Amino acid sequence: MNYLVGAFKPPCNVFISFADGRSRKQVPLKKENGKTVMVALFQSQENIVGEVVIEPIHGKKVEHNGVKIELLGQIELYFDRGNFYDFTSLVRELDIPGELYERKTYPFEFSTVEMPYESYNGVNVRLRYILKVTISRNFVSNIVECQDFVVRNYTPPPSINNSIKMEVGIEDCLHIEFEYSKSKYHLKDVIIGKIYFLLVRIKLKNMELEIRRRESTGSGPNTYVETETLAKFELMDGAAVRGESIPIRLFLSPYELTPTYRNINNKFSVKYYLNLVLVDEEDRRYFKQQEITMYRLLEAS
Amino acid sequence: MLNGIDDEEKWLAEGIAGIQHNAFYMHQALDSNNLREALKYSAQMLSELRTSKLSPHKYYELYMRAFDELRKLEMFFKEDSKHGVSVIDLYELVQHAGNILPRLYLLCTVGSVYIKSKEAPAKEVLKDLVEMCRGVQHPIRGLFLRSYLAQISRDKLPDIGSEYEGDADTVMDAVEFVLQNFTEMNKLWVQMQHQGPGRFREKQEKERSELRDLVGKNLHVLSQIEGVDLGIYKETVLTRVLEQVVNCKDDLAQYYLMDCIIQVFPDEYHLQTLETLLGACPQLQVIEAQVDMPAVGAITLYVSLLTFTLCVHPDRLDYVDQVLGACVKKLYNIPKLEDSRAMKQVVALLSAPLEKYNDIVTALTLSNYPRVMDHLDNGTNKVMAMVIIQSIMKNNTFISTAHKVEVLFELIKGLIKDKDGADVDELDEEDFKDEQNSVARLIHMLYNDEPEEMLKIICIVRKHTMAGGPKRLPFTVPSLVFSALRLVWRLQGQEGDIVGEEVPATPKKIFQLLTQIIEALSAVPSPELALRLYLQCAEAANGCDLELVAYEFFTQAFVLYEEEIADSKAQVTAIHLIIGTLQRMNVFGVENRDTMTHKTTGYSARLLKKPDQCRAVYACSHLFWVDDQDGIKDGERVLLCLKRALRIANAAQQMANVARGSSGPVILFVEILNKYLYFFEKGNQQITGAAIQDLIELINTEMQSDSATPDTASDAFLASTLRYIQFQKQKGGVMGEKFEAIKF
Repeated sequence: MNYLVGAFKPPCNVFISFADGRSRKQVPLKKENGKTVMVALFQSQENIVGEVVIEPIHGKKVEHNGVKIELLGQIELYFDRGNFYDFTSLVRELDIPGELYERKTYPFEFSTVEMPYESYNGVNVRLRYILKVTISRNFVSNIVECQDFVVRNYTPPPSINNSIKMEVGIEDCLHIEFEYSKSKYHLKDVIIGKIYFLLVRIKLKNMELEIRRRESTGSGPNTYVETETLAKFELMDGAAVRGESIPIRLFLSPYELTPTYRNINNKFSVKYYLNLVLVDEEDRRYFKQQEITMYRLLEAS
Repeated sequence: MLNGIDDEEKWLAEGIAGIQHNAFYMHQALDSNNLREALKYSAQMLSELRTSKLSPHKYYELYMRAFDELRKLEMFFKEDSKHGVSVIDLYELVQHAGNILPRLYLLCTVGSVYIKSKEAPAKEVLKDLVEMCRGVQHPIRGLFLRSYLAQISRDKLPDIGSEYEGDADTVMDAVEFVLQNFTEMNKLWVQMQHQGPGRFREKQEKERSELRDLVGKNLHVLSQIEGVDLGIYKETVLTRVLEQVVNCKDDLAQYYLMDCIIQVFPDEYHLQTLETLLGACPQLQVIEAQVDMPAVGAITLYVSLLTFTLCVHPDRLDYVDQVLGACVKKLYNIPKLEDSRAMKQVVALLSAPLEKYNDIVTALTLSNYPRVMDHLDNGTNKVMAMVIIQSIMKNNTFISTAHKVEVLFELIKGLIKDKDGADVDELDEEDFKDEQNSVARLIHMLYNDEPEEMLKIICIVRKHTMAGGPKRLPFTVPSLVFSALRLVWRLQGQEGDIVGEEVPATPKKIFQLLTQIIEALSAVPSPELALRLYLQCAEAANGCDLELVAYEFFTQAFVLYEEEIADSKAQVTAIHLIIGTLQRMNVFGVENRDTMTHKTTGYSARLLKKPDQCRAVYACSHLFWVDDQDGIKDGERVLLCLKRALRIANAAQQMANVARGSSGPVILFVEILNKYLYFFEKGNQQITGAAIQDLIELINTEMQSDSATPDTASDAFLASTLRYIQFQKQKGGVMGEKFEAIKF
């Protein structure tokens, strides 16, 4: 019985660990099975240093055609599930072909790795980074072990950050002017603004501000666009009259936002919009959508 | 309708249940120091306040439930050791709530803790809260939210002496905060009327009334801020509040708020800012919006204000005057008020000071008083003038300076003269008499002990009354004349004391004045009255030893008699007056006196009817016998008069015989007999007992003649005359002896 079980088990355990694993920041990552695990966080240009431990199961010998570790940056489009597009692929050979009898440790290092894109888990697309250890074998399948890690890239505050100001309306019905203090926000930012009512001839019920994420994947005829409303934030209860101004203050921190991604390797893009919605007493909705740019501000350590 | 109420009860019950349900879980979270859960359930609880189904009254019930629960939450927020989050973070955290109403209730609640912690200047937090609350524009929900804000911030204003006062936080910040909250609340309150269909307007008004105190509360808070001194009140508070009151263009709000302002702030402030306060009044909707009845509301307002001013600062006449002044400004655009209600209000406005002071003199110092009166129509103007006069009469007020008299006459000029183009025909005769009699009485209330001032007063009265026209003069002139004569009599008493050459008020001067006054009356024409007054003056001049003046007056009287008095009855009356007056004159020299008596007896004998002639003539007999020490005693001429009277009486009898076939009553003879007896008694040597005896016999004969008409009056008169003789006889003594000579 024991024997039988063992026959289908890999003959060894593979552990991948980072040199600074204890001190490095861990962030949650949602796996395919829906479970959330904590994984190490990196940013572009960092050295990814660690070791791989291969531990043959007691009393077993592992024959192999070589051991390698790869650092892969992959984009997976869900309409094309299973096909990974590697935009980054680095390899380190860890061992020449031979046999393993006992636990062996292989240090590895990828220096100043270029990781231009952030890890992303979207509706139709996933961008992930993994370390993949492959123990190549003849006749039987290779032993493969993967370790996810997350990449986030930080941007300094933009030098130009204009406010968004716009007058919109329906002729002789509704004229408003809104103003958001900035067009670029970091993920923990606050949207400050005001809405001025210049003309109100419809019976408004309320007004809200939505944060919408627009993810578009693929290209050409195969473009898929998915829009999610991440936040619905009520700005006004009741009807403002002409001359009134309503303040906006929306904290972004409670929402799971990412930076804006424009054309990630020609595969996908993620954009954010502020959607101002006015609802009248008959539940008709009047809205105006404005794109904002999200960026990840380097947090003070 | 019944259904509506039932439904509302149901909705309220549901709301309360919702609050209780969530409050239960909130309490659990609080007990276990679970901030996240506490926020979640409190937000859900507060969501019950998002309902639109309840009337303000019911909504209030719901609000109070939530309010109580929020107190518990606030306690929890305060203890950061329990939840482990700094108040600053908490302030952000509650703003993550997606629904605005719960979000803002929570924000206010944390804000209260935030201020208390002093981790940020109170003014910053307050400013943020009051600003953020703009998000709730639904009138009822907004009003309650802001009222919650007012409630939690009340003890945290950076007032003078408050622990929240600091370098950065001044009382101005406190004022600014409350003012802003007030302004927003009022806007919401006014906005209420535009909610829902118009046919429920009445219901809306009622609901709005229920909420008004939420708005007014802010003013009350303002008034409680220690640091609001007169300066701040004047420059900031009042200006801003009025601005809001005026701009909201809503009569309900304006009415209530004006009342509120007056109620909550110290009276002292109002008086110092009366100008501003009143300045706002004409801009109020009450006045502007309703073009067809503009004045009533405005004036009503002024009346209240005035009443208020009078109560609070009766000693500050300048304030009262200011109120009137403002009213004048308001009325400026309306030359004459047409609206009777407005008119009534103006009367009330003008009567108020009179009632308060019980003294017209005070009102006379109000420069705007007459200006307000100018805006009344003729009828009301008169009514008001009457009110003024009645006030004077009731309080027995003497108007003692020429200036005041001048002002007074300006006020009551409606009574004194006809207005241009006034409809005289419509005057009610009786009312007119009443009015003029009042004016006449009023003239007697114009009095000053100083002759000089009194003369001035008289001149002013004369100036005004002379313009009164023919209908008024007969009423006013006598009063004026007697008022002047009173001065004459007073001067007469003081004569010895007057030193110096330039004495302005001399009897002579006054008499000159009087001549002119009466002249006006005779020209009216009202000759009988003028004649009486001339005689009155003549008598006064007699008292002053002014022979020529007296003579002049008599002359005038005679001229009137000759030229103006044609009616025989009037002549009889006039001649008797002349006789009576002339009899008492002792200033005339022989010559002048002769002229006068001659004229008088002449007129007497020329009266139309014989009996009148007879009576006048025998009355003239007194002109020659003045029963004074130095009086003239011309027995002969007395006898002449009496004899002449007898002749006329005879002639009268004969005329009666001829005309009617029966002789007239012998009463004339009896009357003459009495005159005889009088002079006999007074010791006129010309009147003898024999003569009297003859006369009695004559009378008896006449009475017994066939043609005599029986006349009980004459019989009785004769009988009592004879009894008198008998009585004198029996009395004995000198007189008794004298009478013994009369035998019958």
